[in-house]
Amino acid sequence: MNISHYEFDAIVIGAGGAGMRTSLQLANAGLNVALVSKVFPTRSHTVCAQGGITVALGNMHEDDWRWHMYDTVKGSDYIGDQDCIEYLCQNAPDAVYELERMGLPFSRIDNGKIYQRPFGGQSRNFGGEQAARTAAAADRTGHALLHTLYQQNVKAKANFFTEWYALDLVKAADGSVVGALVMCIETGEIAYMHSRATILATGGAGRIYQSTTNAFINTGDGIGMAMRAGFPVQDMEMWQFHPTGVAGAGVLITEGVRGEGGYLINKDGERFMERYAPHAKDLASRDVVARAMAVEIREGRHGMANGVPCVYLKLDHLGEEVISQRLPGIREIAKTFAHVDPVNAPVPVVPTCHYMMGGIPTNKHGQALNRVNGQDKIIPGLYAVGECACVSVHGANRLGGNSLTDLIVFGRGVGIHVENELKQNHLHFQAADDASMAQGLQRLNRWNTHKDGEDFMQIRDELRAVMQNDFGVFRTGQYMAEGLKKLEVLHERLKHASMKDFSQVFNTTRVEALEMDNLMAVARATALSAVTRTESRGAHSREDYPKRDDANWIKHTLYVDDDKIGQIDYREVNMQPLTVPAFQPKERVY
Amino acid sequence: MTNTHTIKFSVYRYDPEKDQEPYMQAMSLELPKGSDMMLLDALEYLKAQDQSLTFRRSCREGVCGSDGLNINGKNGLACMTHVSELKQPIVVRPLPGFPVIRDLVVDMTQFYRQYEAIQPYLINDNKTETKEFLQSPKDREELDGVYECILCACCSSSCPSFWWNPEKFIGPAGLLWAYRFIADTRDTATEQRLANLEDPYSLFRCRGIMNCVQVCPKGLNPTRAIGKIRSKLLQRAV
Ligand code: SF4
Ligand code: SF4
Ligand code: FES
Repeated sequence: MNISHYEFDAIVIGAGGAGMRTSLQLANAGLNVALVSKVFPTRSHTVCAQGGITVALGNMHEDDWRWHMYDTVKGSDYIGDQDCIEYLCQNAPDAVYELERMGLPFSRIDNGKIYQRPFGGQSRNFGGEQAARTAAAADRTGHALLHTLYQQNVKAKANFFTEWYALDLVKAADGSVVGALVMCIETGEIAYMHSRATILATGGAGRIYQSTTNAFINTGDGIGMAMRAGFPVQDMEMWQFHPTGVAGAGVLITEGVRGEGGYLINKDGERFMERYAPHAKDLASRDVVARAMAVEIREGRHGMANGVPCVYLKLDHLGEEVISQRLPGIREIAKTFAHVDPVNAPVPVVPTCHYMMGGIPTNKHGQALNRVNGQDKIIPGLYAVGECACVSVHGANRLGGNSLTDLIVFGRGVGIHVENELKQNHLHFQAADDASMAQGLQRLNRWNTHKDGEDFMQIRDELRAVMQNDFGVFRTGQYMAEGLKKLEVLHERLKHASMKDFSQVFNTTRVEALEMDNLMAVARATALSAVTRTESRGAHSREDYPKRDDANWIKHTLYVDDDKIGQIDYREVNMQPLTVPAFQPKERVY
Repeated sequence: MTNTHTIKFSVYRYDPEKDQEPYMQAMSLELPKGSDMMLLDALEYLKAQDQSLTFRRSCREGVCGSDGLNINGKNGLACMTHVSELKQPIVVRPLPGFPVIRDLVVDMTQFYRQYEAIQPYLINDNKTETKEFLQSPKDREELDGVYECILCACCSSSCPSFWWNPEKFIGPAGLLWAYRFIADTRDTATEQRLANLEDPYSLFRCRGIMNCVQVCPKGLNPTRAIGKIRSKLLQRAV
């Protein structure tokens, strides 16, 4: 096989919000950085974010980043790392102001400052009144953010490798990461990108579920790459189900609708969240609202839309003006995908897989971590940022609006860290280990040459059904154990599966086949981690262990892949912020 | 009576590795009666039947701009087009005016180049501000109907002026973006931006045919933006 060779100070894999914020930092520092993305940058999934960026700017009322921190720790159900959450909330205002000055077209309030809307799980003064902390560009904040970052990268003359697909990490003999194997989708060219720093910013993996708000491209590529390189992934049992996906279609309706005053009703027209969260009601945390909806549906108080049981999101009372000013994209989505104009009628919604809280464990600089003899060990040369990373600022449940904050704060942070490390010559070009290189090529080669196996698309359908049925909003040990067994069978079958298109020109089937390996890796990690955590915390809700168990489970789950069944390990949760006392676990009520 | 109905397609196929010439392939799907789906879902099903069928897609909700196609003769997004609203056989072709890489995938290099040519980023000479630049809600409103562009190229690919002069005419999408920065009260480079557009081609090749407006899946109006830049250019000339 012909392999071309490139050399960069840093390569960033993934051109969503996190990847492009990182590459921008590096390109502006005059470093030679490559931005590798399987889609044109503005097609990345960040573009789908709607509601906004949570940040204590204090434009609507007095605010304090510590209040934001309190909410985030509570939202995480106390397994978010508090040093990292502190870093997130403290640095968010600067990171957001910077974006504004780069041109992000935020909505405005009368005094000309950035508009901020209420979102779920937000409070003032450590659990007091509802806050309005989510900075918004109408309901297209992700689009506005992603385009702004792309524009800045164009200006900074970053090296784009657009429609290049990352196959695997390449390691040196001592285990540090020295680059990645990548493939040009258009031509089939294979290249080794040799780098001093490799940054994974590949986003989520919601496509392991049948019903998801995630784009087709969210297949957990970085997670799969890290796992194949033998590195651990963390808290993979923690998947967020967004309360309001359009029933049947899965398309997201922002929490900002409820922030603006919309609310959920069951088939009797009852505003049921009043029963489940008397104080915060529809703006309780996402896990709480999603469970309440699932209970309403299970107990029969649901309607039907597109053949699925659902409840409804009512917003007609907001009036056409507010809807077209603040929520124009939602109106378009409801009309197109639910055949409903929200100005007149409620929108049918169901909890839908939305966000992966777990990922590659990192410290607050984004340095990826290994676990050796019960100790964290930095993996030289490897960083992770954004949804594919588990810093962990979201713990067991992410608050709405905190994912964009995560992307830009840590995108910038990783950029700064890599820049310093490179300038101080702490990161070097190292020779690739032949075995590591061969491992990546062999996977590609198998797909390229294996002709008569089972169709991988069939296995993909089955995998999604298992995840949907056995690892959804509510989980029980028995079903999960069965699900895990089914996954192991699928895992075996996948080894012999094949694709049916062998063209070298823009072969998207080959990309999908390679993605399938990543979906499988993510699903197995999720399943074993979920079976192992015998408690209910945040988004992980077990009917056989309905209580949170602080005595045993204030810890992160680690999963290390293995051909047979993965290995589980644990990491302590950081309870040592630098400038404020730690927030101690309390019962979580909204 | 069966419980299914057949949807017929005629799909543009071309793989440079094996086809001398592009051709149209008849394809079909069996759907349960009364069901509907988006054209993108239909393409996914067709791809499951024939994995060699090649197209781009990402968000499947009309915001990423990946799947601009020529559908029954009109440009649009596959993910926002209901199959039930289309006359059969549904004729699916790549966006016109671009070189075809394979099947429905086109080479958009020229389109992106024209976008880059208008300096698609905010220019502001105030380097000392540490918070946000202020902007009134009214000034911000100027960006509505402009900033939402998803770079799908449906417009430029339906614009005769862009077909004839893709290297010299910026095209509707690029000009919409040019206006997005001209209209932004935070941008301080208006003069420079206008100067870059005053040659006979970059903007003045627009013949006001409005094809772009008719096809924009986001309901944006490049012609209006072009008109606004044009009048600024004319004002400036006198
Ligand atoms: S109005 Fe101008 S830009 Fe739009 S299609 Fe016609 S010539 Fe092209
Ligand atoms: S103006 Fe409309 S049609 Fe043209 S690229 Fe933008 S979104 Fe697509
Ligand atoms: S797939 Fe994103 S616009 Fe159609």
